[in-house]
Amino acid sequence: MADDAVDSAVRQRRAGAARGAGTRPARRPAAEPGSGTSSALSSERGWEYAPAPESREIVSIASEYGLFVNGEFEPAKKGRTFPTINPATEEPLAKVALAGQADVDRAVAAARAAYEQVWGPMPGSERAKYLYRIARILQERSREFAVLESIDNGKPIKETRDVDIPLAAAHFFYYAGWADKLEYAGFGPQPRPLGVAGQVIPWNFPLLMAAWKLAPALAAGNTCVLKPAETTPLSALLLAEVCQQAELPPGVVNVLTGAGETGAAVVAHPSVNKVAFTGSTEVGIAIAEAIAGSGKKLTLELGGKAANVVFDDAPVDQAIEGIVNGIFFNQGHVCCAGSRLLVQESVADHVVDRLRQRLATLRLGDPLDKNTDIGAINSRQQLDKITELSSAGEAEGAHRWSPPCELPQKGFWFAPTVFTGVSQSHRIAREEIFGPVLSVLTFRTPEEAVTKANNTPYGLSAGVWTEKGSRILWMAQKMRAGVVWANTYNRFDPASPFGGYRESGFGREGGRHGLAAYLDV
Amino acid sequence: MSSNTPNKIAQRARQATTDSPRAAERASGEPSAAGRLAVRKTYKLYIGGAFPRSESGRSYPVYATRGGELLAWAALASRKDARDAVVAARTGVSKWSSATAYNRGQVLYRVGEMIEGRAAQFADEVVAAEGVSAAAARRTVAAVIDRWVWYAGWADKVAQVAGASNPVAGPYFNFSVPEPTGVVAVLAPAESSLLGLVSVVAPAIVTGNAAVIVASESRPLPAITLSEVLATSDVPGGVVNILTGRTAELAPVLAGHFDVNAIDLTGGPAGARADLERLAASNVKRVFCSDEDWAATPEPRRMLAFLETKTVWHPVGI
Repeated sequence: MADDAVDSAVRQRRAGAARGAGTRPARRPAAEPGSGTSSALSSERGWEYAPAPESREIVSIASEYGLFVNGEFEPAKKGRTFPTINPATEEPLAKVALAGQADVDRAVAAARAAYEQVWGPMPGSERAKYLYRIARILQERSREFAVLESIDNGKPIKETRDVDIPLAAAHFFYYAGWADKLEYAGFGPQPRPLGVAGQVIPWNFPLLMAAWKLAPALAAGNTCVLKPAETTPLSALLLAEVCQQAELPPGVVNVLTGAGETGAAVVAHPSVNKVAFTGSTEVGIAIAEAIAGSGKKLTLELGGKAANVVFDDAPVDQAIEGIVNGIFFNQGHVCCAGSRLLVQESVADHVVDRLRQRLATLRLGDPLDKNTDIGAINSRQQLDKITELSSAGEAEGAHRWSPPCELPQKGFWFAPTVFTGVSQSHRIAREEIFGPVLSVLTFRTPEEAVTKANNTPYGLSAGVWTEKGSRILWMAQKMRAGVVWANTYNRFDPASPFGGYRESGFGREGGRHGLAAYLDV
Repeated sequence: MSSNTPNKIAQRARQATTDSPRAAERASGEPSAAGRLAVRKTYKLYIGGAFPRSESGRSYPVYATRGGELLAWAALASRKDARDAVVAARTGVSKWSSATAYNRGQVLYRVGEMIEGRAAQFADEVVAAEGVSAAAARRTVAAVIDRWVWYAGWADKVAQVAGASNPVAGPYFNFSVPEPTGVVAVLAPAESSLLGLVSVVAPAIVTGNAAVIVASESRPLPAITLSEVLATSDVPGGVVNILTGRTAELAPVLAGHFDVNAIDLTGGPAGARADLERLAASNVKRVFCSDEDWAATPEPRRMLAFLETKTVWHPVGI
């Protein structure tokens, strides 16, 4: 998973400066003087990387995409479309149908019919085999998905190849096996599905989030209307094609591309029984308000502002890798990102020095280059938000630092950024930035670490780094977060429940717990 | 509120008291011997382990369901009382959730013992509140005690049922444990003044949450008597807080309160559910609502509704 990203970066850290091949060269920031790179191999400019681009040939992107309704691709009723672009180059990739109310009506009706006539009555053992088929096709077409996801999202191919796509397949594989074992899941002898699920997913892990939503819903016997994010619709549409290839009955999965209004129409549709949303807390609250009193079952996976707590006895090499992975994995576009680094005061200077050295070795650039660590920011809108919050960090008095880092001319880019001297009242310590920006705070005692870690309305994840076992468990108990990574960070697995406390949402995805979101329990 | 009460009602109250001396007996739970004036009980709020009157100074008359005689003047909690109760509950959470599950189980079991000891008093209160026969009330109280003991036993079992060790594909030890969500606001059922009440209170607190309860508006007296049991038990102050008053007035305050983590709308005013859910969305509250046959055997789902799942990862290696 993400470790691979870190590992390969570690292997390369003695190599050197920016290289110039390709249209969008991956750039390694020039090593700072005295930054600790091995003297035997270092040179003034470091060592050049040869470009290692993954071929785009495996993917054929159509010029236009329709909606996937009742097993067929078709244009939106009103014929409206919107463009999707490659955020690394701003090059248009395709025109995608924009679903309106009439399309939502059709998709929900198709899902309802499929639920009542086909998918609901089908024995669990048969549903399971469809899901196994989807998992297998995802594995077989994984390289294609990896390249497409990287192009549409901007994230490094290393991450789509090693994290997004294998985990998406694993989710289908895992939940496939639950489809005929629901009576043993601890929800009573005959747990019932809910009906039609309306699912709205974000752009940070487009295929993986689709898998997190669809796999448990289908295993439990529901049918789905999925609304992928506006900026990353392509992998969900390719997944729709996989559903066709798996001969999934028409209407069981419907994919409606569009913007916020499309998602709002899906969740508000009176024939939708279950709403699942992953995204910002702001939109999550709006959805909860919109469906208030409707009796629809709701699960929300929302924002976060996770604390990653490093004690003075932490294994520093591992902690540095964990901090980097925690906030710079996927350009920091991760709801559970370790965006607040809490370091024990006695080791704070050392940890921050080591962190800066490490960041100087990260390679930012062409997402399709297999050596790239940091890809493109997903959209101009998101780049603006990151830029605005980082400026606020400076304005409020925190000290801003980035490694020397040349950004490509085209596309949306943001250099890895570390703020020190951050106080709890700063916006960069309170608001979710959703970008490669780390805020460093310090603490003296474990109690202070807990107080600061919990000083947020969010509660999605947390990290703790220490060699002391009893302290790990104490911290894990005290931190109010749905996932606690101890001496590791950003691990995901279909068997592992994921989800938030407080304003990070409710309900769990993954594991046996993930079934509860899609059963009438 | 009492200022809003039409004079007619107050008149009727006075009338009822004079007409029916038994009302006082029921309210106090003790029959009065002829020639002796009964000592009546003042029903107050229960907040942070203490029994304050409403800060507003308001009260409202509570009448018997059958016969319509005045049972008592109950405190008419204000919005400020509701906020104070949330503050008390937040204090209660830290003490109660850090107690061991075994300890919580024992403390709650002892509450069951104490209800048993006051069974006759509770039966009288149920008769007065619900207008049922004495025999039916005794059956209800028996069910109440059994219900309470059933939930008490869950304290040190729910983590084994709701938790898991997760077989992740990598060298990690991964486990999930349920944890209390924090402060739970509960709108208690309107009709079932005691069995319905314990059926919503016990599952909320047994797992370590603290609760702010809005008792049945028209039948609040058994709830206050229950709080007397809780006050003399080892349940820390603030774990259960009981408000009496207008549900429609208090519910929006609790639903919109930013330091309330979850709300049970079961006893909410008719037609108010959508509004309360909208308010609850403001800080992503967990919302639960399920009106039930309180006499039926319960399921664990009321407990599970107010639990979070925490998943912990640690590498395995040498």
